[in-house]
Amino acid sequence: MDFRFSEDEEAFREEVRQWLRQEIPQRWIELDPGIWEETEESWALARAFQRKLGEIGWLAPAFPREYGGLELSHMKRLVLAEELAYSKAPVSVEVEITVNWVAPSIMLFGTEEQKKNYVTPIARGEKIFCIGYSEPDAGSDLASLRTRAVEEGDGYVINGQKIWCSYAHLADYCWLAARTDPDAPRHQGISVFIVDMKTPGITVRPLINILNQHSFNEVFFDDVWIPKENLVGQNNNGWYQVMIALDFERSSVGWAASNRRVIEELIDYARNTTRNGKPLASDPLVRNQLAQLVVENEVACMMAYRLAWMFSRGLHPSYESSMSMVFISEATRRTADVGMRILGHYGELDRDSRWAVMNARLMRMCLSSLSIGVGGGSNEIQRNIIAMRGLGLPRK
Amino acid sequence: MDFGLSEEQEMLRTSAREFLQKECPRQLVRQLEESEEGHSPDLWHKMAGQGWMGLAFPEQYGGGGGTFLDLTVLLEEMGYSMLPGPFFSTVVLGGLTILAAGSEEQKKALLPEVAGGNAVLALALTEPAGRYDAESVVTRAVRDDGGYVINGTKLFARDAGIADIIICVARTGDSKNPEEGITLFLVDAGSPGIRCTPLGTLARDRQCEVVFDNVRVPETGVVGTVDRGWPSVADLLQRATVAKCAEMVGGAQAVLDMTVAYARERVQFGRPIGSFQAIQHYCADMVTDVSGSRFVTNKAAWKLSEGLPAAADVAVAKAWTGDAYGRVTLLSHQIFGAIGFTMDHDIHMYYRRARAGQAAFGDADHHRSILAQALGF
Repeated sequence: MDFRFSEDEEAFREEVRQWLRQEIPQRWIELDPGIWEETEESWALARAFQRKLGEIGWLAPAFPREYGGLELSHMKRLVLAEELAYSKAPVSVEVEITVNWVAPSIMLFGTEEQKKNYVTPIARGEKIFCIGYSEPDAGSDLASLRTRAVEEGDGYVINGQKIWCSYAHLADYCWLAARTDPDAPRHQGISVFIVDMKTPGITVRPLINILNQHSFNEVFFDDVWIPKENLVGQNNNGWYQVMIALDFERSSVGWAASNRRVIEELIDYARNTTRNGKPLASDPLVRNQLAQLVVENEVACMMAYRLAWMFSRGLHPSYESSMSMVFISEATRRTADVGMRILGHYGELDRDSRWAVMNARLMRMCLSSLSIGVGGGSNEIQRNIIAMRGLGLPRK
Repeated sequence: MDFGLSEEQEMLRTSAREFLQKECPRQLVRQLEESEEGHSPDLWHKMAGQGWMGLAFPEQYGGGGGTFLDLTVLLEEMGYSMLPGPFFSTVVLGGLTILAAGSEEQKKALLPEVAGGNAVLALALTEPAGRYDAESVVTRAVRDDGGYVINGTKLFARDAGIADIIICVARTGDSKNPEEGITLFLVDAGSPGIRCTPLGTLARDRQCEVVFDNVRVPETGVVGTVDRGWPSVADLLQRATVAKCAEMVGGAQAVLDMTVAYARERVQFGRPIGSFQAIQHYCADMVTDVSGSRFVTNKAAWKLSEGLPAAADVAVAKAWTGDAYGRVTLLSHQIFGAIGFTMDHDIHMYYRRARAGQAAFGDADHHRSILAQALGF
């Protein structure tokens, strides 16, 4: 056992910190978009920043060098992810999905041409995908999806509707799961496609999220024709490919790092705020709650570190990732909850108020944190995975 | 970074699990709970034969030269099997304290005896205040005739009733700072004036009230420096806290294993109850709590083992593990249902120990308060 980062890893952390201090744009810091709060302006800033990250190989550090990566070790990637999140760097959810799901899937299942056309540009921050999985009637039960892709000539014609496509209005491509064989058992008739969002027949309709921002969309496909070479992997093998991708490395370390930042800001606030003539931080109840946040964040952090360690040993976590995701999502909500209680009325104030505290971060977090634990496999699904895969409990 | 056990630790774990399954089945734990003595001298000597008591002592004192981290691997297994008896008191509270703070003569005289299974030690620290801070130590030791005379009442002193030697923490001086003026004494448990009364407790864990009524201790009984004993107590408490966490992690793992096995077997509505999502989700929460507790406990143990500053990590470990073990046992009771509410079933034995473990060496609130301090707010 050893819970230290190596000297080399610590030096890398310092390098990342210095780079981030210089490179995060001032305007981004002013805009301070939280998760699900991207605007066109912040998105543009983020894309520019991501291309800079891509230039030095830090956008997709795990990728092979031939595809624009650095083949960086698991522990260094952990360090990088931690620092990016802690410094609130402009790396959005969609980038992470593109880098961690889409590109690895292409590397695993795609043709040489697809690898050349997409993986390197993804690593350079030049191409970004939205995910076209969920449908109005296919959420946790993804295998019931109905969007059709019908072979026609040297391509496919797509018809149907997707929903919850984050930043589909800004993304370059859609990573689409569609039904190619309606007569096969439902897990055996799905395929995965790359769809250029500029293709005729695609309509993107905004869904305004709980933060009153445009992050999600409904995407309608009306006789959208795509060339055959945009099929990824084998026809009708999509379910398997999607499930494999869910086991790709997903780290909750970013969540733990950004929560740590919030907790530190809350502690600062409690220290510097007087209530009833005394510093808030001297109130035993406040101290107890803040300390508990620190405790939980440490647990969350250790869970994330442990995943990286498993990967570094060539072990393949499955239910362990679910455990980490469930834990961090609930810890994030508790962080927002405790923060709101400590701030009292001030927690309700939005950013435009001169009385706002911590740039209304807690108020925004108590809204945004509702999404983790739902998206990307709800906590109920994750708990099923933990119970069945991890503990061997029976399905029936 | 390395979350894994070393090869030697893995071997220690496996052999301890096997040894305890054979020598300390739950039936024996029950029998000993009912017995007068509360532990089995036969088992005690077999454990000494395994080299467990001296595991973390240097070889020159008859030990195995292991680390504190090695010891926590063993303690996790002891928690798994609910090992009764004075191992924790003798080794963690007694032996390691003597090793850290004792004189060379004391170490030479006592540690080989502990390692050989020939001496049982106990700690008399807490008093009727029931706390673990220096302020609550009011038992007095007064200099007299080349030695000291101790007067006062100690409470919640585990295994004091069967100990050969009691380490008594007493006040020898008065100062504005309650952490000054504290001294540790090795007291022969047979000394005149010691009155030891066992307390009936939830976990039947042999806690005692120990009254010191003009108990004489020779000068040679002083551990460390007179009036400067509190730092040793603080170190002792850090080790004890993490050691207790390791025990609790083992207990929680046992509860999880028993509960999952039951959920697979128990059939209702024509299917194992473990196939119902309500039960699955409880079990998922249990394993998450067991894992999280193990990580923070291991980290704190590793830090102490490496001699790194560990105040915050120790507090995190105890604040989390105590609560988590509690949640695990509660969910387990929910899944076992009515059968868990009987004395016949074993699960209540863990529930009782979880409650005792939560209180031992400071509860979660106490450790959150320590953490707040350690983090400077």
